[in-house]
Amino acid sequence: METSVDKTKEKLDMWCSASGITFASPQAEQDYRKRSRRISDSIQLKVPDRVPIAPLVTFFPAHYAGMTAQDVMYDPDKAYAAFKKVALDFQWDTAMNHINTLSGPMLEALDYKQLKWPGHGVAANRTYQFVEGEYMKANEYDAFLDDPSDFMVRTYLPRICGTLAPFQLLPPLTMIVPYYIGITMMMAGVAFTGAVSAFESIIKAQAEFMKLAISVGTFNAEMRALGFPMLMGGVSQAPFDTLGDSLRGTQGIMLDMYRQPDNLLKALDKLLPTAIRMAVSSAETSQIPVVFIPLHKGPMGFMSLEQFKTFYWPTLHKLMLALIEQGLVPMPFFEADYTDRLDIIKDIPGGKAIYWFERTDIFKAKEVLGDRVCIRGNVPSSLMCTGTPEQVRRYCKKLIDVVGKNGGLIVDGDVGIPDEAKVENVRAMTDFVKEFGVYR
Amino acid sequence: MANDLIDLMADLKEQEALTIVRRRLDAGEDPLLILDDSRKAMEIVGKRFADSEYFIPDLVYSGEIAKEIAELVKPKLAKAQDIKRLGKVIMGTVSGDIHDIGKNIVSFMLDVTGFEVYDIGIDQAPQSFIDKIKQTGAGIVGLSGFLTLAFDSMKETVGAIKNAGLRDKVKIMIGGGQMNDDIRKYTGADAYGADAMAGVALAKKWTGTK
Repeated sequence: METSVDKTKEKLDMWCSASGITFASPQAEQDYRKRSRRISDSIQLKVPDRVPIAPLVTFFPAHYAGMTAQDVMYDPDKAYAAFKKVALDFQWDTAMNHINTLSGPMLEALDYKQLKWPGHGVAANRTYQFVEGEYMKANEYDAFLDDPSDFMVRTYLPRICGTLAPFQLLPPLTMIVPYYIGITMMMAGVAFTGAVSAFESIIKAQAEFMKLAISVGTFNAEMRALGFPMLMGGVSQAPFDTLGDSLRGTQGIMLDMYRQPDNLLKALDKLLPTAIRMAVSSAETSQIPVVFIPLHKGPMGFMSLEQFKTFYWPTLHKLMLALIEQGLVPMPFFEADYTDRLDIIKDIPGGKAIYWFERTDIFKAKEVLGDRVCIRGNVPSSLMCTGTPEQVRRYCKKLIDVVGKNGGLIVDGDVGIPDEAKVENVRAMTDFVKEFGVYR
Repeated sequence: MANDLIDLMADLKEQEALTIVRRRLDAGEDPLLILDDSRKAMEIVGKRFADSEYFIPDLVYSGEIAKEIAELVKPKLAKAQDIKRLGKVIMGTVSGDIHDIGKNIVSFMLDVTGFEVYDIGIDQAPQSFIDKIKQTGAGIVGLSGFLTLAFDSMKETVGAIKNAGLRDKVKIMIGGGQMNDDIRKYTGADAYGADAMAGVALAKKWTGTK
């Protein structure tokens, strides 16, 4: 639907305007304006001055700076130094901050169960990894649908955070309401269930979080001042992934498609407002209009086209449309391969989203939806880690020639820069895009 | 009536299939025949997966149905059954990686196809694979890994098997999210399988099974 105001353009122009930023030098200001304009043009399917390169990094900076993953997870200052070194040495069109290296001490303070991380279940120089589980059981759909917040507090949180186990003994929060006896009974609940220790662990966890938050905030300010826009604004998930990753587990949700499809569909609808709210509030906090949506369970092989159309796509589609309605730019990261479902995901307003592809035939994607979305990706991890600079350059050339035709390409690795990428390959990729990606 | 079970299972009709099984057991039928039908159904499932008619959720669901049938049949089995095995396969997720869903599906499909599977679990150091090869005499090793950190772990595992003098005694296949044929070459493995049925096909090829 045409509106008189293009909200996407408005929000992107604001991002490019650099208002509120005190630049370190005139060069930094020039750099910022060029980089943000380049990306903004690419998103809106205008031809930029050159193809932008805006890679995601997680633990590559640690490897690059001679630190372990554990170092950066447990010391925000070390993480800061490593991420700054990458930003300044590679001079990409965006900088990435270290929020995604998380805080080991914060996770420890909560005895968090859904990850193993370096120093806590995996070796010091390995990335953190997700621990699959049925954190919501097959017979708990009614409880979840009936009162999701109560389910979160008294069933889910105790399962995912060891220190919050006492919450499962608390009465529901609605107990607070009746008369003045209600609040007394709730206090009795807190006192006699040991929930005080749970609250104490939250206080400890948030103190650790603040160390990371302050570090990241300072980093963001410094990077902007030095001329680097940041692209990762908000974050959200497809409701199917929230349900399938964190609640029912992969096996659980797959069986639910057969055994209780109605409950599954109801739960997905129930989670949609949460997905939207999460995206909008995180984009608002960051003041960056791009919303990162990593997608896990909808690719080829992981479900049939019929299952994709029935269970996976509708709420993801509604999420993206809701964001576009507000001028936010959804950036779904289609992990694995979506080649046979390109026609379905093409259904999105033009020039308002970034589709990041990993294993999808990205050249076919350009054919099918290059006129609708800006495409991000997809230098293979196998090349970055085990290939040669020449192989990397060759792949980038094809990417730029085909997927970068008439704009609409942001270069990145297929999953970002892998943690173990060879430095020479990262340099080759960076230098090549800057040199060869210029539009004449 | 016998064919009903195979078709129902292959079509993922869980409740109907279990009803048939209970009926046949109550009628005093030899439980081995039921297990045999279950295996035939899984063969059809495997074929449909290879033909891209079925996908991973169908494998998972059929696996669940097969497990439920096995549970119903188990109490009626007279003694430990000596099921013909096509060969021995060691499956494991390599060092540093804790992912196992893909590996578990491959292990399951190999098992229902008739292989003796030794699944050594996640985050396994090269020595664990070597120990299992020596212990079982398995001729096939499947290395599973989801993350980029698995590239070097797989290379080290293959190298360690070589240094232990066992490389020519085993065929090694790799699989998992970040793996591909380039990584197969990098690690020195014999083959890369893109999905569960590719793994089964490789195992059949290497044991000369049709």
